[in-house]
Amino acid sequence: MDPVILSRWQFAMTTIYHFFFVPVTLGLALFLALLETKYVISGEEIYKKMTKFWGKIFLINFAIGIVTGIVQEFHFGLNWSEYSRFMGDIFGAPLAIEGLMAFFLESTFIGVWIFGWDKLSKKAHLAAAWMVALGSSLSSFWILVANSFMQNPVGYVIRNGRAEMTDFGALLGNPNVWYQFPHVLTSGVAVGGFIIMGFSAWHLLKNKPENNEFFKISFKWAATVALVGSILVGFIGHYQGQYLAVSQPMKVAAMEGHWHTEQPASFSVIGIIDEENHENPYEIKIPAALSFLLFDDFSSEFKGLVELEAEEVAKYGPGDYIPPVTLSYWSSRTMIGSGLLMILLAGLAVWWSWRDELEEKTLFLKIMIPSALLPTTAITAGWLIAETGRWPWIVHGLQKIEDAISPTITAGNVIFSMVTFLVLYTVLGFIGIKLMIKYGTSDPSAVEGQGE
Amino acid sequence: MDLNILWFILLTVLFSGFFFLEGFDYGVGILLPFVAKEDNERRAIINTIGPVWDANEVWMILAGGAMFAAFPHMYATLFSGFYVALVIMLCGLIIRGVAFEFRSKRDDPAWRSRWDMAIFIGSLVPALLWGITIANLMRGVDIAADFNYYGGLLPLLNPYALFGGLVFLSLFITHGASFLGIKLVGELKDRVKKLTGKIWVVSVILTVAFLIWTYLATDILNNPGFDGLIPALLAAVSLLAYGWFLRQGKEGLTFVSGGLVIILATVMVFTGLFPRLMISTLNPANTLTIYNASSSPYTLKIISIVAAIFLPMILAYQGWTYWIFRKRISTDSSDLHY
Repeated sequence: MDPVILSRWQFAMTTIYHFFFVPVTLGLALFLALLETKYVISGEEIYKKMTKFWGKIFLINFAIGIVTGIVQEFHFGLNWSEYSRFMGDIFGAPLAIEGLMAFFLESTFIGVWIFGWDKLSKKAHLAAAWMVALGSSLSSFWILVANSFMQNPVGYVIRNGRAEMTDFGALLGNPNVWYQFPHVLTSGVAVGGFIIMGFSAWHLLKNKPENNEFFKISFKWAATVALVGSILVGFIGHYQGQYLAVSQPMKVAAMEGHWHTEQPASFSVIGIIDEENHENPYEIKIPAALSFLLFDDFSSEFKGLVELEAEEVAKYGPGDYIPPVTLSYWSSRTMIGSGLLMILLAGLAVWWSWRDELEEKTLFLKIMIPSALLPTTAITAGWLIAETGRWPWIVHGLQKIEDAISPTITAGNVIFSMVTFLVLYTVLGFIGIKLMIKYGTSDPSAVEGQGE
Repeated sequence: MDLNILWFILLTVLFSGFFFLEGFDYGVGILLPFVAKEDNERRAIINTIGPVWDANEVWMILAGGAMFAAFPHMYATLFSGFYVALVIMLCGLIIRGVAFEFRSKRDDPAWRSRWDMAIFIGSLVPALLWGITIANLMRGVDIAADFNYYGGLLPLLNPYALFGGLVFLSLFITHGASFLGIKLVGELKDRVKKLTGKIWVVSVILTVAFLIWTYLATDILNNPGFDGLIPALLAAVSLLAYGWFLRQGKEGLTFVSGGLVIILATVMVFTGLFPRLMISTLNPANTLTIYNASSSPYTLKIISIVAAIFLPMILAYQGWTYWIFRKRISTDSSDLHY
C-alpha cells in the first residue's frame, strides 16, 4: 500500500478525533468562565456548584484534547517531512507562537483552576478560568493562521526551493483567517451550549425536585449561549462561503456538486452525484439560488468543476484537480442541515427556558439529549470540506499532497502507527465518553468533594 | 551573534526546561509503584505533580514547535527518521496524560491500578526514548545527502544509545526522587528517601561510564573549538553534590543539584553539538547545522520578537504556580484533587 494514502488516513483520523474535543474545550472554557463570573459577582453558591459540576465534564474532555494534541504537534514531521521542509519557514512560526502564547497559558492555568479553589482568592481563581478560556481561543487562532496559509497562501516568496515568509502581517491579515477563526470559535460556543443542554435535559426528565433549579438555570444559560453561537456560526459560514467562492471556487463547486458553469447558477438542494460522468443524474434544483447565495444576485456566473479543472490544468499542467465531490457535497449538506437545526432547537430552547416551561416539554427535552452531538457533526463535516476540498493540494497551488510525504517512512511504519493510534483512541474515546456520561448524569449534590 | 545562534541557545534552553520539569514528572511517575503502598499514598504522589505536569509538558511541545519554526530541517529529519520510536513515545505520553485525569474518577481499585500502570509506563517509555534519541544525536546517524535518515528503528537501538537511554532514565528518576523529597511529608517521604540513596549510586555509576563512553565514541566532549567538557564536569560535580546533600538531609539543595545535573547534561549535549544540530555519520557534508537547517532570517526575527515578549511572561506565571502550590502534600485526602 501507498504510504501517502495511509498517512492521509492517519492524519484525517487523528485530526478529526482531536477536533471532537477541541471545540468542546473552546466552548466549555468560555461557558465555565461565564458561570464563575456570575458566582463571583453575585456570591450565589449555586453558580459555584454549577461551575464545578460542568467543570468535571470539561476536564475529562480537556485531558483527551490535550494528549491527542501532542500527536498533532509532531505529525507534520512524522509523516509529512517534505511538507515540513517546504513550509517550515512559514508554518513553524504560528505553531511556535501558539505554544508561547496559548498552550502555556491554557495548561498552566488549568492546573491553577483545578487545584486552586481553596488556595486562591475568588477573583484570582476567576482570573485563572478566563486565562484558560483565553488560552484555548488564542490557540485556535494561531493554528488557523497556519491552516489559512494552506488554503490561501499570502505574504511569501518561493526561494531556496521552499516557501519563505516575507510578510508576517499578511499572514495575520489573511482574509481566510478572519472567516475561519470566528467560524471555529462560534461553533465551539454552540458545542458547549448543546452539551450542557443535553445533560441538563436528561436531569430535567429525571425530575428530581432538589436538582431541578440547578439544571433549569444551567439549561437556560446553555440555551442562550447555544443560540448566540448557532446564529453567529451560520452567518459567518454564509459569508465564508461567499469568500471561498472567489478564493477557492473549486472547493465551493465541489460542496455544491456544481459540475458545469452556469449563469445564473442554480442551487442543488439534494441529489445524487456521479463523479465518473461529471453529472448529477437526479437532483432537486432551485434556479439562480446558488448565484444569490454566493454573490447576492440572481445573475452571476459560477464556474463548474469541469471548467475549473481545465483552468487548473492550463495553469499547473495535467493532473486530477477535482476534489472528492460526493464527500464534499454530503458534508456540506450535513453541515448546513445540522446548523439550521441547531438554530431552530436553540431558539425553542431559549423560548421555553426563559418562559420557564421546560418541564412540560418532555418530547423536546428528549430530542435535546442526542442533539448534544449535533454541533460536533456539523464541525466534522465542515473540516472534511475544508481539508478534502483542497485536493490535490496540501498547500493551495504550491505543494501537492503526494510531494509532501516523508520519504523515509514505509507503508509498514504507517500501518503500525495507524493501528496503534486507532486502538488507543478508540479505547480512550470509549472510556472518556463513559466518564463524561457518568459525571454528567450524576447528582450534583453527591459529586461535591470527590476527586476532581 | 546572529539569530541562528540565538535560536540554538533558545533550543538549548527549551530542552533544558523540558528535561528539568518533565524530568521530575517522569521520575515521579516511574517511582509511583515502588514507593506507594496504599491508594492515598499513590494519590499523594500523583498530586505532587498534579497542578503542574500539564504546563511542564508544554515545554516539550514548545521545544518541538521552536524546532519546527527555527530549524525546520531538523524537525523534519528527526521526526520522520525516528518515526517508530516517536510514535511509541507519543502513545506513552497519551496514556500518561489521561491517566492523571481519569485515575481517581472511579473508586474501583482495579480501575485505579490500571491507570497507575499507565502512569508508570507512560513515564518510563518517554524518558527512556528521549534518552535514546539524545544519545543518537550525540553519536550521529546515517543522514543522506537529501537530509533524510533512512535507517529505520534498529540502528537507533545501538548499544551506546541504549546505554544513554538508561543514563537519562536514571537521572530523571534521581530528579523525581528528590522532587518527592521536597513535596511529601511523613512516612511516605522517609520511604522515598531510603530509595533515593540507592538510585543515586546507580546513576553515579551509569553517568561516569557514559561520560567515558561518550569521550571515546563521540566528539561531544572534544568537539574542536567548542566542547561539552566543562558542562559535563559540572554535571558530574552536581551529581556528587546531590549525594552529599542527600546525606545531610538538605532536601531543597538535593533537588537543586539534581536539577542542575539535568540542565548541565543538556547544555553539554548542545555545546558539544554546536554548531551542528544532527550529525551525519555518512558524510560531514550531510550534517544539519544551525545554518543549513534553519528558517529564513525574516522568520527567525519574527519568532525572536515573540519569544522575547512571551518567554519572560511564561517563566513568571509558571513560577508563580509553583509558589501557590508550594505546600507539601500529605496523604490526608483533603489535599488530594487527582
